[in-house]
Amino acid sequence: MPPSFDEMRISGSEVRDHYRTYESWLKAQPQELMRDRRDEAEMIFRRVGITFAVYGAKDEDGAGTERLIPFDLIPRVIPSHEWTEMEKGLRQRVTALNRFLHDVYHDQEILKAGLVPAEQVLKNAQYRPEMQGVNVPGGVYSHISGVDIVRAANPDGSGTYYVLEDNLRVPSGVSYMLEDRKMMMRLFPELFAAHRVAPVAHYPDLLLETLRAVAPAGVVDPTVIVLTPGMYNSAYFEHAFLAQQMGVELVEGQDLFVRDDHVYMRTTQGPKRVDVIYRRVDDDFLDPQVFRPDSTLGCAGMLGVYRSGNITLANAIGTGVADDKSIYPYVPKMVEFYLGEKPILNNVPTYMCRDAKDLSYVLAHLGELVVKEVHGAGGYGMLVGPASTKAEIEEFRAHLVANPSNYIAQPTLSLSTCPTFVESGIAPRHIDLRPFVLSGTEVQMVPGGLTRVALKEGSLVVNSSQGGGTKDTWVLED
Amino acid sequence: MLSRTADHLFWMSRYMERAENTARMLNVNYETSLLPQSAEATEQGWRGLLSISELTPAYLQRYSGFNGRDVMDFMVRDDSNPSSILACLRAARENARAVRGALTTEVWETQNQTWLEFNRLLREGALARDPGSLFEWVKFRSHLSRGVTVGTMLMDDSLHFIRIGTFLERGDNTARLLDVKFHALAGEFFGAGNGKETHEVDFYHWSAILRSVSGFEIYRKVYRNVIRPELVAELLILRPDMPRSLAACINEVVTNLQLVANQQSGETLRRAGRLQADLQYGRIDEILATGLHAYLTQFLARVGDLGGGISRDFLVPETA
Repeated sequence: MPPSFDEMRISGSEVRDHYRTYESWLKAQPQELMRDRRDEAEMIFRRVGITFAVYGAKDEDGAGTERLIPFDLIPRVIPSHEWTEMEKGLRQRVTALNRFLHDVYHDQEILKAGLVPAEQVLKNAQYRPEMQGVNVPGGVYSHISGVDIVRAANPDGSGTYYVLEDNLRVPSGVSYMLEDRKMMMRLFPELFAAHRVAPVAHYPDLLLETLRAVAPAGVVDPTVIVLTPGMYNSAYFEHAFLAQQMGVELVEGQDLFVRDDHVYMRTTQGPKRVDVIYRRVDDDFLDPQVFRPDSTLGCAGMLGVYRSGNITLANAIGTGVADDKSIYPYVPKMVEFYLGEKPILNNVPTYMCRDAKDLSYVLAHLGELVVKEVHGAGGYGMLVGPASTKAEIEEFRAHLVANPSNYIAQPTLSLSTCPTFVESGIAPRHIDLRPFVLSGTEVQMVPGGLTRVALKEGSLVVNSSQGGGTKDTWVLED
Repeated sequence: MLSRTADHLFWMSRYMERAENTARMLNVNYETSLLPQSAEATEQGWRGLLSISELTPAYLQRYSGFNGRDVMDFMVRDDSNPSSILACLRAARENARAVRGALTTEVWETQNQTWLEFNRLLREGALARDPGSLFEWVKFRSHLSRGVTVGTMLMDDSLHFIRIGTFLERGDNTARLLDVKFHALAGEFFGAGNGKETHEVDFYHWSAILRSVSGFEIYRKVYRNVIRPELVAELLILRPDMPRSLAACINEVVTNLQLVANQQSGETLRRAGRLQADLQYGRIDEILATGLHAYLTQFLARVGDLGGGISRDFLVPETA
């Protein structure tokens, strides 16, 4: 495996062009100052209440289960020519994924053409037969898509971006992208005077525009709401933040009811009709009459209203069939099939363990590969071969053999590193990138996205539930 | 606005107001306990404080005597006591967190900061070191919370429900304070107590009540008179210009209720208006003639009834 791609430096002494101004500034900063700034950031985040809930954790000083996501002071910088290319690729990829979802729930041309195995789609737990034949406004299913991108080193030392996975259900993290920027501007205003950093603060505006654009036909001034599972959900801060920034109601399932084939919310002035629901609740919990009967997070009868076309759900029900890890390998084919274009963004080569040949390769190379559960998320249920002990590998092997179709495997990509301010000073840590792509009447995004960083030395897992932190992401305008 | 949002806002401000009033009562009791007085009188003071909030049985499950340290501990930092300042500040903050999107950033940060700081102060032993400043601190955080609310919130239903919560709670708390304090002095007040010594005790007692509602200077300004119990009662019950009086609180409740009125709130508004009229046209000699305790008991029942009506009309979700 070649050494990781360093985002800031070409070699020990040579700094990449787009980092040059920043690096000379950083060199001049005393460690104590950086430490003070970091403490200041932590204090502000705590006061503002930018926290996430850790499932099953308890705190002694009354703060409940709320934790801060560690914020790193050193930004991840992307030069504008790289971003321009990436943006094109994201636009293309998300458009193809939306076309695929429409196809799957209508004529299934891509299955008939034999490009994606039909049983892989139709027998997938994320496939929702209830959505078959349902028309959604504009044919858009995934209105908010989070596409995880990493950069891996090539043998010649250059780097290549790869899409690691598509998140088309309820991708989260955008509030950290916005808060990290706000924090950086507060802590280091002089850096923004010295750099032309593309702004991101208009994201909530784009989001609202997107949501209004996909209202049910004939609704002139749609009522948009954000549906949250409630304040004990790990992403509650983000739900509240986005609702507030858009100026719409933040609603829980208990606030909603269905009457005469419409969804209403209970207000102090009586029932009010709802048109567009940006839901941050999983499919399974949306409607206890159709999905999980024990769910109190959704609203009974919602699916019926949805099928009648009287509400829009963002994202649509059943998008999971397109971001499933077993479907991921087919995305480049989707781009060619629906758009007649060459895919701009690379996929990571993927072994599907359901395939006997792939499985035997995977079993023989467990120590080198990353193996993931097809439906896993949040860094749970995966094996990072090179970072695991013999015992861990053997334990995982047993799971894999017992249920091979539940797993895929990929070569262990050496994620690129970015200098990060840790206890011992400034040191390289692995990072990824999640841009947020909005699809309404058009596909839009703000430059950059959320950069997540694995704070543990050598770790490749960037998820906040696994000790990951975040960085501000700068797209530098030329 | 969402009924659930209104509900959280209403309770957020109620709990904040309750924390403030608890701090006020504790502070006055604490200061009084520093005056030269008999052990019985001191104990009587702490006992009375618990009975204001109907907490004596709960207290006795955890403590045996009525000494200042235990009562303050119970009322300030005891998690098992839902009316302790700690519990009230937590509830205020939890309610705010549930609807932080409906609050301005400043309002939310004030609530959150109050909660975080209060925990820090307790950890650092502020209660044992200097109870007086801790109580002052709570009072000022409540002032800040009210000020930032009025100073930054859009003047829509959100603000009106916050105001209703504040004044309903305050009216309730002032009535409880009066009831217990007058009750404790029933003997002297309705009896003969003409000796100089009694007069002195009275002075400290009544002025303590006044100070607990920031009313001592107001009393002097309004009456230009020595402290007389019936005037204290009049000030705290009937004066519409005294910001913590029952009349002032109910006036605010009525004003804000009118602003949020909906199709089903007519009866609640009528009852609130009637209570307002009773206070507006009431006279202190009539109230004292019929008995202050009976009057306040009835007032508390009517405030409770108003709270129930508001929940029914606006807050508790109707069934679909």
